[in-house]
Amino acid sequence: MSKAFVRTEFHPDLPPPASESGPIAWLRHNLFSTWYNSLATFFVLYLAWLVIPPVLDWALFSAVWEANNYKECKAGGTGACWGMIDKRFDLFMYGFYKAEDHWRPNLAIIVFIIAMLPVLFDKLPGRRMCAMFLILGYPAFTVALIRGPIEMSSFNSTMGIALWVVAFVAAAYWGHHNAKKFNAVQSGIGYAIAYIILFIVFIAWGMGLTPTETDTYGGLMLTVMLAGVGIAVALPLGILLALGRRANSMPIVQMLCIGFIEIVRSVPLISVLFMAQFMLPLFMPEGIKFDNVMRALVGFSLFAAAYMAEVVRGGLQAIPKGQFEAADSLGLNFYLNMRLIVLPQALKIVIPGIVSTFIGLFKDTSLVSIIALADLLLVAKQSYTDSNWLGLEHTAYVFIAIIYFCICFSMSRYSMYLEQKLHTGHKR
Amino acid sequence: MSDTNTAAADNSGPAIAITGMHKWYGDFHVLKDINLTVERGERIVICGPSGSGKSTMIRCINRLEEHQKGSINVSGIELTNDVKNIDTIRREVGMVFQHFNLFPHLTVLQNCTLAPIWVRKMPKAEAEEIAMKYLTRVKIPEQAGKFPGQLSGGQQQRVAIARSLCMNPDIMLFDEPTSALDPEMIKEVLDVMVDLAKEGMTMLCVTHEMGFAKQVADRVIFMDEGEIIEQNEPNEFFDNPQSDRTKLFLSQILGH
Ligand SMILES: Nc1ncnc2c1ncn2[C@@H]1O[C@H](COP(=O)(O)OP(=O)(O)OP(=O)(O)O)[C@@H](O)[C@H]1O
Ligand SMILES: [Mg+2]
Repeated sequence: MSKAFVRTEFHPDLPPPASESGPIAWLRHNLFSTWYNSLATFFVLYLAWLVIPPVLDWALFSAVWEANNYKECKAGGTGACWGMIDKRFDLFMYGFYKAEDHWRPNLAIIVFIIAMLPVLFDKLPGRRMCAMFLILGYPAFTVALIRGPIEMSSFNSTMGIALWVVAFVAAAYWGHHNAKKFNAVQSGIGYAIAYIILFIVFIAWGMGLTPTETDTYGGLMLTVMLAGVGIAVALPLGILLALGRRANSMPIVQMLCIGFIEIVRSVPLISVLFMAQFMLPLFMPEGIKFDNVMRALVGFSLFAAAYMAEVVRGGLQAIPKGQFEAADSLGLNFYLNMRLIVLPQALKIVIPGIVSTFIGLFKDTSLVSIIALADLLLVAKQSYTDSNWLGLEHTAYVFIAIIYFCICFSMSRYSMYLEQKLHTGHKR
Repeated sequence: MSDTNTAAADNSGPAIAITGMHKWYGDFHVLKDINLTVERGERIVICGPSGSGKSTMIRCINRLEEHQKGSINVSGIELTNDVKNIDTIRREVGMVFQHFNLFPHLTVLQNCTLAPIWVRKMPKAEAEEIAMKYLTRVKIPEQAGKFPGQLSGGQQQRVAIARSLCMNPDIMLFDEPTSALDPEMIKEVLDVMVDLAKEGMTMLCVTHEMGFAKQVADRVIFMDEGEIIEQNEPNEFFDNPQSDRTKLFLSQILGH
């Protein structure tokens, strides 16, 4: 026999041996692969056996589902008093917003979800249109829907109305004129001013609904409003701040951005909220009435934007210099370079950071209870101090914890889906 | 865009004219009194030891680096701080980098159509047609739908060449296009570059591939310590180098 060897047939693919697949193999690989792994598995099982039955008992088997006050709850069982949640459900959801107007926030959230679906999942059609609507139409629609008409003295006089019309026509014309000459920045400013005027007119009209008082807003509705506006403002503003912070060629802009980010980040959110409460009115011209919710929104958005800016900056720093050079060498200007090359990559890298910031923001809304806004947390607290429902803090807090968890966990899952979708093969 | 906005390229004079150009990085004098004229259709290979300023010099030509003294004229347009001139020149000059610098979040086809669509305002269908034409020229049309991260180094570099060609440049700059590649991939990239040279493209190529230099270059330039030490047509340059520094350099790279 010679030592040379040449394979003449291909070996067929065989199924793996039984010990390598199936549930038994899975158990052995994952839970009992070594003695300390087995020990850990048994320890976790023991813990689960200790914890799960009492939790189930409290939440389900010994819970009270119908009750009119805490005495009936105590009498009915030793577990959670879901009857209280049932009776006070509207408070948890809408605060003191009038019952006959509950359809308004409901409609707002339904429209939001429907318009958001194609944006979140690109398999659905109409993504571009929905995104345009969410950015341009939805804010005015929701403000008008939830708030109703907002009294503005200038719309009461012919003079005032004429001024608004003239301003709108002038801004729109200026935008259009510059758009024809390809002056992106000037036309953008012109159109933006025209849009803001339209926005103001629209919310002043309020779609002809009855006006509501912002101090009646509360519960989940207020929490979602604060978080939603915070997120919607924080991301674009954060991107601008991050770009500004890196703009070495514009030292003034750079200094302003650094100053803003560092100052806002080094004060606690609570003091930003207090400051928005007491200091914003000082800067505002006489006659503009700023209510509590509005102030909280401003403080909140600015705070979130500062954090977002640092997250985005991290992503910008991860983009290799070669990407900028390639874009430059192809003749892309700064704006195109940012929009097409740098930001898509930078934002993709920092999706986990962005979503963490969103989640943090959502939970931080609970701090507004300190400036007397009845968000979800304050509503929960009010529940168990109500003389009808004394001593039911467990139920109240578990209920809102579940709500917070569901919303935050969905954001986290979506970010994982997005990362997977945007993954484009091996790294360079 | 109205024509007052763009400086007009002049196609009659030399492709590139550099006169008395100096550049400093802080206190460090990288480029010293560079004088170089490149005619249309001329192929120039630039070589020299590491750190001699080869990359810096060709990057000055499309303003990836700024020079501080002297002048650079590309197609009759002087490179100044005027953004419009810089934009015009960048559209006329293509560049291929050592590390490809493809856009990893876009497919090969999107990499190629991006600049034609956004900078030249070309309709998408036309841009894709042109992109496929150049991808076929660099022999990888079948990879159009893949992402750069899924290609080999040689394929990525050919995509980078196609991406530059899609802008229909008059001048191509190559900065060590093969030095990040494995030996078997070097040839596939060089073949594409040889084809390009045969078609009459004006090329400035920093490379140490001496076979390539002998085959296509009209002129070889040797740089050291920020200066052009010697230039000659390739056979003379390799067989009969004049300066001691050139001789030393050639003995080092040809020695092994
Ligand atoms: N951004 C920079 N700041 C300061 N010095 C730099 C910078 N870029 C390059 N240099 C220096 O300038 C000199 C020339 O660099 P350059 O990259 O042009 O060399 P090169 O000839 O291309 O070398 P190589 O063959 O290694 O690519 C080097 O000494 C380098 O250290
Ligand atoms: Mg170099």
